[in-house]
Amino acid sequence: MRVRLIKLRGVCSLLLIGMLLTGCDDSPWNSPHPAGEMSSQVLYRSFSERPKHLDPARSYSSNEYEFIAQIYEPPLQYHFLKRPYELVPLTSEGMPQVAYLAADGKPLPEGAPVDEIAFSDYLITIQPGIRFQPHPLFARDESGEFLYHQLNDDQLETLHTLDDLPVNGSRELTAADYVYQIKRLAFPRFHCPIAGVMNEYIVGFKALSEHLSADDKRLQKMTGQERPYVDLREYDLPGVEVVDNYRYRIRLKGKYPQFAYWMAMPFFAPMPWEADRFYAQPGLRKRNIKLDWYPVGTGAFMLTENNPNLRMVLARNPNFHGESYPEVGEPEDIAAGLLQDAGLPLPLVDKAVYSLEKETIPYWNKFLQGYYDTSGISSDSFDQAVQFGDQGEVGLTESMRQKGIQLTTAVQISIGYFGFNMRDSVVGGDSERARLLRHAISIAADYEEFISIFANGRGIPAQGMIPPGIYGNRPGPEGVNPYVYEVMDGKPKRRSIDEAKALLQQAGYIDGRDPDTCKPLVLYYDAVATGPDDKARMNWWRKQFTKLSIQLVVRATDYNRFQEKIRKGTGQMYSWGWNADYPDPENFFFLLYGPNSKVSGGGENASNYANPEFDELFSRMKNMDNGPERMAIIDQMLEILRHDAPWLFGFHSKAFSLSHAWYHNVKPNLMANNTLKYKRVDPDLRHESQLAWNQPVLWPVIGTAVILLLSLIPAVVLFRRRERSAAR
Amino acid sequence: MMAYIVRRMLYAIPILIGVNIITFLLFFVVNSPDDMARMNLGMKRVTPAAIEEWKAERGYDLPMLYNESEAGAGQITRTIFFQKSVKLFKFDFGVSDSGRDIGYDISQRMWPSLAIAVPVLLVGLALNITFALLIAFFRATYIDFWGVVICVVMMSISALFYIIGGQYLVGKLLHLVPISGYSTGLSAIKFLLLPVIIGVIGGIGAGTRWYRTLFLEEINKDYVRTARAKGLSEQWVLFGHVFQNALIPILTGVVAVLPLLFMGSLITESFFGVPGLGSYTIDAINRQDFAIVRAMVFLGSVLYIIGLILTDISYTIVDPRVRLS
Repeated sequence: MRVRLIKLRGVCSLLLIGMLLTGCDDSPWNSPHPAGEMSSQVLYRSFSERPKHLDPARSYSSNEYEFIAQIYEPPLQYHFLKRPYELVPLTSEGMPQVAYLAADGKPLPEGAPVDEIAFSDYLITIQPGIRFQPHPLFARDESGEFLYHQLNDDQLETLHTLDDLPVNGSRELTAADYVYQIKRLAFPRFHCPIAGVMNEYIVGFKALSEHLSADDKRLQKMTGQERPYVDLREYDLPGVEVVDNYRYRIRLKGKYPQFAYWMAMPFFAPMPWEADRFYAQPGLRKRNIKLDWYPVGTGAFMLTENNPNLRMVLARNPNFHGESYPEVGEPEDIAAGLLQDAGLPLPLVDKAVYSLEKETIPYWNKFLQGYYDTSGISSDSFDQAVQFGDQGEVGLTESMRQKGIQLTTAVQISIGYFGFNMRDSVVGGDSERARLLRHAISIAADYEEFISIFANGRGIPAQGMIPPGIYGNRPGPEGVNPYVYEVMDGKPKRRSIDEAKALLQQAGYIDGRDPDTCKPLVLYYDAVATGPDDKARMNWWRKQFTKLSIQLVVRATDYNRFQEKIRKGTGQMYSWGWNADYPDPENFFFLLYGPNSKVSGGGENASNYANPEFDELFSRMKNMDNGPERMAIIDQMLEILRHDAPWLFGFHSKAFSLSHAWYHNVKPNLMANNTLKYKRVDPDLRHESQLAWNQPVLWPVIGTAVILLLSLIPAVVLFRRRERSAAR
Repeated sequence: MMAYIVRRMLYAIPILIGVNIITFLLFFVVNSPDDMARMNLGMKRVTPAAIEEWKAERGYDLPMLYNESEAGAGQITRTIFFQKSVKLFKFDFGVSDSGRDIGYDISQRMWPSLAIAVPVLLVGLALNITFALLIAFFRATYIDFWGVVICVVMMSISALFYIIGGQYLVGKLLHLVPISGYSTGLSAIKFLLLPVIIGVIGGIGAGTRWYRTLFLEEINKDYVRTARAKGLSEQWVLFGHVFQNALIPILTGVVAVLPLLFMGSLITESFFGVPGLGSYTIDAINRQDFAIVRAMVFLGSVLYIIGLILTDISYTIVDPRVRLS
C-alpha cells in the first residue's frame, strides 16, 4: 500500500514538474523552443560558430552571410531555381546598363575589343518606394531632429539593447545609400576584404582609401577617440556617382564582366549614412551596440534578437518592398514541387530562429526529434542517415525514411586540392623531371579512395580546376584529365600505378631512388594535422607515395604555422581548398595566376605557379564574355595546367543536407545566400510529428526511484538491528 | 586580521604579474599577431596591408616585451605586454580582438554560469554529505564497502561520459527535458535541470568519498568515544558531534571554490549550449582572441586568490582557536 502511495506521489510530482516546465501547453517536455511558437510559420535552424561580423563591408564568410544576406539587399541576386546560375534584379529595375568607354571618354560599341576599353560604366537604377526596416537610428522628433543621434548619459544608463530605444523610424532607400556603402568599402577602418580587388577596378577607389586613412588618423589624434565619426558623404569617389535619387553609376577601369557578380554580394548592399552616425556614439560601443552587431537593411527579414551566444532571430521586415516567389524554374522543378508557391509574396515564413549548437551530437539528436527543420550530416551520424546502393547510388536509411526525412545533394562550387610548391627544387619548377614526378604522383594519389574513406563518398574527383555547373567545365569524356585518367566505357578510369612508375623512371627516379644520392626519394608534406583524427589521413597519404616507393615525411602543424610556411614558400607539398565567390572560371584560374603568387605578391596562388603562356591567356579570358572564344581559351588553360600539374586537382565536395517532410522549397543554391525568404514550413505537420516522436517515457524514472527506495530497506533493517544490539 | 588581509593582497600583485607573463608567453608562443590578424580578417583575400592595419589598430604592431626603438621607460611601456597588461590591474578588460567590450560581455555571461554552478554546488554538497554520513554510519558493513566501490567507479568516469550519457538517456530516450539549450527567466529551469543533475551526479563519487574520510577521521577521536560513553545514541553522536566538527574542512573547501563559480564550466557549457563564461573562454581560445584569454585568466587568478583569502578567514570563523597573524 505504502509503495503504491509513493509511486503515485512520484508520478504526480513528475507530471507537475513536466506541466510547469512546458507551461501547461501541449508541446513536448523536451522541446527547446518557447511554447506556442511551434504552431506558427517559424523556421528553426542552428549555427555552430558565433558570426564575427554582421557589417556588410566586413563580412565574408558563409556563417555571416546566413544572417546578413537576409537583411541587406544588393542590387542583384541569383535566381533561386534556374541553373546554371543566373543573375536577376533584386532592388534594381532590371539589370545594370553597361557602357564601354575609350581612354578619351568616348563611348564604344558593344563588342568592342577588350584592349580598346579603358572604362566600363555600370548604371544601376533602383526601384522607387523601397524602405529601410524600422530602426531607432531613423527616429526623429516633431521638429525633424534625430531622436537618438546624441544620446545623453541618462538615456545610456538604461540602454542595454536597441529595444530599449522605444521609437523607430524609417526612410526610403536612395541611390546615395549604395554610393555611401561603396565608400565604406574603401575606408581602411572597416577592413573590407575585397578592398584590394576593388582598388584595381573602381576608378578613384585607392585614392579615396589613402585619403580616408590619413584623415582617420588625424581625427583620432584630434578627438582622442579610437573610432571618431567620419562623414563619408563629404568625400568624393570619382568612380561612383549619384545620378539622381534612384540611379547611380560605377565606373570601372577596363572591362570586368565579373563585377556583376560582386553586385550580388552584401558588400554592395546599401548603407544609410545615419547608421554610421548613430553607432559612432561612444556610449553605444561600450555596450557592444554597433553596426557590426545590429544591422539595418531593406531585406525580407530583420534581426530582432541578437544574442550570438545563444540564439539569433530574424523576423519578417514589415517594410519589405515585396517580391514574389519565382514562377519559372527548371523542368524538373515542377515535379519536385518547387513551383507550388509560384507567385506568392515573399517571405513565406514569419520568423527564423537560429540557435547556437557547438556540439554535433546534441544538434543531430534535436534534428531527429524534429526541433530543427534541416540539418547537415556530420561524419559521426553519416552511417545512421545515409546508405549507398549496389550501384553506388545515395539513399537514406530506413529510419530516416520512416520519419519522412528528405536528402538533398549538390556538388559544391569549390575544390580541394593537393599543391606543389613550384619554387621547390625537387617537385617544383618547369623541368621535365619535376613535371614527370608530379604526374606520377597525380596518378598514384587515388582520390576516389580518399573520397570514399574520408568524405563518406561526398565528393567527385576533379578533372581540372572548374567544378561542374560552372562555365568552362566540360562534362563527360571530353572533360577528362588525360594525364591522370583514361576513358573506358565513356567513364574516366585512373591510370595504373605501373604507368605512374614508368613516369617516375623517366624522371630518373628508378624504383623511387634519387639518382644523385642513390637513396629513396624523400618528399615533405606540410599538413594541418593536430588531432588524433588526422592520423589516418596522414597514413593514407604515406601509402599513396609508398606505391611509388617514395618516402613521404608528413610535417604536421597547426593552421597558423601552415599559413606561415605557405606565405614564405618554405613548404614542399600541401593541401588546401577554395570556395568560389562567384560562378565564373576566372574565380578559379586566378588561384594559379603568376602575379598572384603567395610568396612574391601575397596573393592566393599558394603554389607560386608562374607560366607566362597561362598568365597571358588568363588576362585575356578574365575580361571576356562567355562564348566559344572564351571556351577555347579555357580549354587551352586547362591543358596547360594538366600538363604542368602544379596541383593534384583533388575533388569537388558534395553537400548533403537533410530536411524534414514539413520543410518545403528545398533546392540547393550554392551561390545565393538570401534563400531564406523562399522557404516554407507546414507547422501543423511539424507539431504532430514532434508530439509523436517525443512522448515522455516515465517508467524508467519511476522504476529507478522504486529500486532506490527498496535498496534502503536492508539499511533500515541493519540500523534497527544495530540500535537494538547490546554495546560491545 | 586586517593587516593579514592587506598583506595577502599585496602578495597577490607579484603572483598576478607572474600569471600575466606566463599567459602572455604561452599565448604568443603559439600565435603571432599576424596569425591573430588573419584569424580575424578571414581566410580569403587578406592583404599584408590589411594585416598591418589591423595590428596597428589594436596595438599588436609593437614589440612583444622590449622596445629597442624607444628610449627610457618607453622601452618597457611601448610593448604589447605592458600596454595589454597594465589596464587589467585596474580591472579594465578593454575590448576583444573582434571589437566587443569584454567587461560588458563578462557581466552578461556570468549569470548563466552561476545558474548552473550554484545549484550544482548546493545540491551536490547536501547529497554528498548525506551519502557520506550514511556510509560513515554503516561503516565496516556491506553498505560501506559497496558505497566506496560505487564512489570509486563514479569518480573514475569522465565528465564527458556523464554529459553525453545523460543527454542520450534523459533527453533523447526518455524525452523528459531538452537535450541542450538555454533560456532566461523561469523557462530556464527545464534547460538547467539536466546539466545540474549531471553536475551533481558527476561530483558524487569524489565528494562522498572525501567527506566519508573526514567523518571517519572524526569518528575515531576521543570526544566521540566520550560521547558514546555518555550513552548518546549513534545518530546523535554522528549529527551532533561528528558532523559539526567535520564541517570545518568541508566549509573551508567550499569557500575556496565559491569565487570560481563565476568562471563556469568549460565542457558542460559547451555541450549544453549555455552561454556562460566557460564557453566564452573556450571560444576565445579557439578564435585566438588574446584580449579575452588574458582577461579570463587574470580574472580566474584574482578569484582564486580571493578564494584562498576567504578560506583563511573562514578558518577563524568556524574554528575560534585559529588566529590570523
